[in-house]
Amino acid sequence: MQNYLFHRILGMFAVIFLVLTLAFAIVRLAPGDPAALMLGPEATPEDVVQLRERLGLDRPILTQYLTFMGNAVQGDLGESIFFKQSVLKTLAQRAEPTIFLSLFSLSFALVIAMPIGIYAAYRRGSFLDQSSVTMAMLAASLPSFFTGLLFQRYVATELGWFPASGYGGPDADFWERMRHLILPSFVLGIVNSSIILRFTRASMLDIMGEDYVRTARSKGMTEKRVVLRHALKNAAIPIITVVGLTFALLVSGAVVTERVFNIPGLGNLVVSAVLRRDYPVIQGTLIVVAALYVVINLITDLLYLIVDKRVKY
Amino acid sequence: MAGSKSIDEPKFLELLFSRRAVLVALCVFLLIGFLCAFAGLFSPADPAKMSVRSRLTLPGADFWLGADAFGRDVLSRVLHAGRVSLIIGIGVALMASLIGIVLGLLAGLFRHLDAPLSRLVDAMMAFPDILLAIALVAILGGSMVNVIIALSIVYAPRIARIVRASTLVIRELPYVEAAHALGSSMWTIVTKHVLLNILSPIAVQATFIFAYSMLAEAGLSFLGVGIDPKTPTWGTMVNEGRQYIDQAPFLIVFPGLAISLSVLSLQTIGDGLRDALDPRLAKEL
Repeated sequence: MQNYLFHRILGMFAVIFLVLTLAFAIVRLAPGDPAALMLGPEATPEDVVQLRERLGLDRPILTQYLTFMGNAVQGDLGESIFFKQSVLKTLAQRAEPTIFLSLFSLSFALVIAMPIGIYAAYRRGSFLDQSSVTMAMLAASLPSFFTGLLFQRYVATELGWFPASGYGGPDADFWERMRHLILPSFVLGIVNSSIILRFTRASMLDIMGEDYVRTARSKGMTEKRVVLRHALKNAAIPIITVVGLTFALLVSGAVVTERVFNIPGLGNLVVSAVLRRDYPVIQGTLIVVAALYVVINLITDLLYLIVDKRVKY
Repeated sequence: MAGSKSIDEPKFLELLFSRRAVLVALCVFLLIGFLCAFAGLFSPADPAKMSVRSRLTLPGADFWLGADAFGRDVLSRVLHAGRVSLIIGIGVALMASLIGIVLGLLAGLFRHLDAPLSRLVDAMMAFPDILLAIALVAILGGSMVNVIIALSIVYAPRIARIVRASTLVIRELPYVEAAHALGSSMWTIVTKHVLLNILSPIAVQATFIFAYSMLAEAGLSFLGVGIDPKTPTWGTMVNEGRQYIDQAPFLIVFPGLAISLSVLSLQTIGDGLRDALDPRLAKEL
């Protein structure tokens, strides 16, 4: 067990090291001078030279790489060209809406997908099962910006049930801000419910065919008890895996959804950074989100140990 | 997953179309592809022709799917935009497969390359797809070729993982060992024995990548960080239409439905292909 943990954490650091290296390389892929690109066509040559010096782009590539890695290890991901403050601080200021948007939409996705997935497996081949399969496929095919705009137009603007956009303004209290996230989270939740539904159904189908489920049934246990106590408990592992994996999907969806609902989160920040050519912010967002993904996957792996006592490493 | 069995064609087709949804999806997708590929023939009007008098005309006899804020025919624009989306989808599916096959084969065949390449693939997969695509397009510049390159880099690791896993299995099979002992060159073993046997899982994954990349491209265009906004794509059409969503919701509905229908049919075909090529997986949907 300790050996496994050691190797798993070592592997995680190796991946984070590569994530940092890739993020460093991506900015250097730019055709031409990144400093000139960041400043745009109106910049004077002196401005370009100044920025090159400030970002250390005039130094040999190996020195740049080592400095970048050294700084990153100490939590310094550079300085935003637009905001003129550290990238981490810029990201931290915009993190709240994205974190809550992701958490709420994951909750919506679980609430929608788990009961349907379990019931679909339980009544395999029924009309509900087949419809759930079709609905899951449909949910995965709808672009979140399309669903988002339709919900915004018909549920928020026309029915007036929820705020149509924004995050409540600078003076809004916590609950007011969260109220603005309900509709976007629901939209994002629909998209993510698809993969969770498919996995829940598939894992439940696997478990329902196992011998001990048949034994439990033959002992005269009620169907409800068989499903909830035996099958669901053992289907938890693949479901936890997929919840970990949907993180990447959530963040991708959040980028687009935040833009639709004009929520000042990380997604909106990164799109604005692209339009402003603020490369350090793009690079910083990539690193932070990828590192989070790697850590979340480690946590889901460790959760297996708690959920299923049979798993030994 | 990658059995060495050869595919019995009539049986494969029978299995593929045993779910009627797959047949319907294939027909829908072929129809969309045909209409978009020959957009010039089927478009009732020039997609760029503006007319102030026709601005925001509702769908009707003159404009089947209505006219946008510049009086341009929405149907013609949907068809021309579809061509761009389909080219990007096909381009990404092919290029991601090629990069993924090379990476996966190298990792699967050469033990000393396995660990570093697998970690590289893990690291690439840690970046959410849209986020990585946005960063790559931002840096490479927003052209159709660059969007294809960026999305291929994003999706290649998925193919690489499958190819590596299948290669590891096939590499140990007796007939590969026999070919090796008989003096077959590495190239012959790879192309004739390994690659031919992993084509099915690659084809399935490539179909899904086709669908994902159409969705991702629409997302990039919607965000305004994809290809040049002057070229109509389904994503840019939705983005342009959102300003007029109160007066003319059809401006976002038609391109939105076009994306959804294409992606839905591709995913259904992908699912059908997977089930027909490996019936053991059929129960997973």
